Amino acid sequence: MAWMAWTWQTALFFVLIFLTLVSMGVWSVKAPQAPRKGILMIETTPGDRLFISLLGSAWICLSWLAMFGSPLWWALLVCVVFAAAVFRWV
Amino acid sequence: MNKTWNNKAWWMVLPVVLLVAFSAVIPLMTVVNYAVQDTFGNNQFFWAGLSWFEEIMNSERFINALGRQFMFSGIILAIEIPLGIFIAMNMPKKGWGVPVCLVLMSLPLLIPWNVVGTIWQIFGRVDIGLLGASMAALGIDYNYTQNIVDAWLTIIVMDVWHWTSLVALLCYAGLQSIPEAYYQAAKIDGASNWAIFRYIQLPKMAGVLLIAVLLRFMDSFMIYTEPFVVTGGGPGTATTFLSIDLVNMAIGQFDLGPAAAFSLIYFLIILLVSWIFYTVMTNMDKEG
Repeated sequence: MAWMAWTWQTALFFVLIFLTLVSMGVWSVKAPQAPRKGILMIETTPGDRLFISLLGSAWICLSWLAMFGSPLWWALLVCVVFAAAVFRWV
Repeated sequence: MNKTWNNKAWWMVLPVVLLVAFSAVIPLMTVVNYAVQDTFGNNQFFWAGLSWFEEIMNSERFINALGRQFMFSGIILAIEIPLGIFIAMNMPKKGWGVPVCLVLMSLPLLIPWNVVGTIWQIFGRVDIGLLGASMAALGIDYNYTQNIVDAWLTIIVMDVWHWTSLVALLCYAGLQSIPEAYYQAAKIDGASNWAIFRYIQLPKMAGVLLIAVLLRFMDSFMIYTEPFVVTGGGPGTATTFLSIDLVNMAIGQFDLGPAAAFSLIYFLIILLVSWIFYTVMTNMDKEG
């Protein structure tokens, strides 16, 4: 594992993403949801909405770094709002 | 009827999951780890936080390479897609011309990238290349190693030469699948050639055309070998595209931290564009 140059921060990041994927998986088995059309006029499942949230969050954080620099706490808040909006309306 | 739900088939996916984890996910995780650290070799790493991302997002070098990359992809798409459609529409529909055309069109696609680069590198040379020497004989000042416009022209013409056939062949396949009855109906209605193209051929080609655009965009966006062999990224940095710059940073300068951040941003751009293409394509399929 040494060659992978792990840090606890990146490990935490991946554990969180993994846990999100697992809980989304469990959620979709317990309460299956049909795909729906939202404001983007595309059909999305909860998995699609998670993907859009994660990809969008990555870009929000990168743009924040480009414009204001670190730390990213406020950017993370924007990401949470963005993800909530995606799950509600997309 | 009550079906018994059995999810055991999911185990069949396991080999693919393992393979993708081994070949893509674990290396990608390693890149993420590298992107937040600095190293001077010896497998010793120092925490750098998000500073590499900040540096790359604000670096003129990255932004310029990204701009050149989008410009290159934009230009070759703007040439190859209309040209490919035009060629496909003028290819013979039956008879002996069909196999001849298909073989001739596939030839450039069979040549490996570095060979294409070498061919054009020599072809364009003023001293021994046919193109370069002919230009010199005509009195045209052409030198792709020193003139930025010449370098760009050479690389663009090379890419058009190498890949337009792919677009043409895909469009040809799309055109061949249109039943003759559509054309007969258009003839009865007295439709013009433009109307036939706009309302019959183009809609029927839309599916393959999107695949062609996606393939050409992806390929041109990660192009490395051909411009590297022809111009080496020069003159200066005029043809240094993202992948060339990334290799310089990672292998030339051994700046693993910034290079890792660079590749993640590169990856996110490709992921975003691919997702947009994929979404547009699948939604068009559902509607059409």
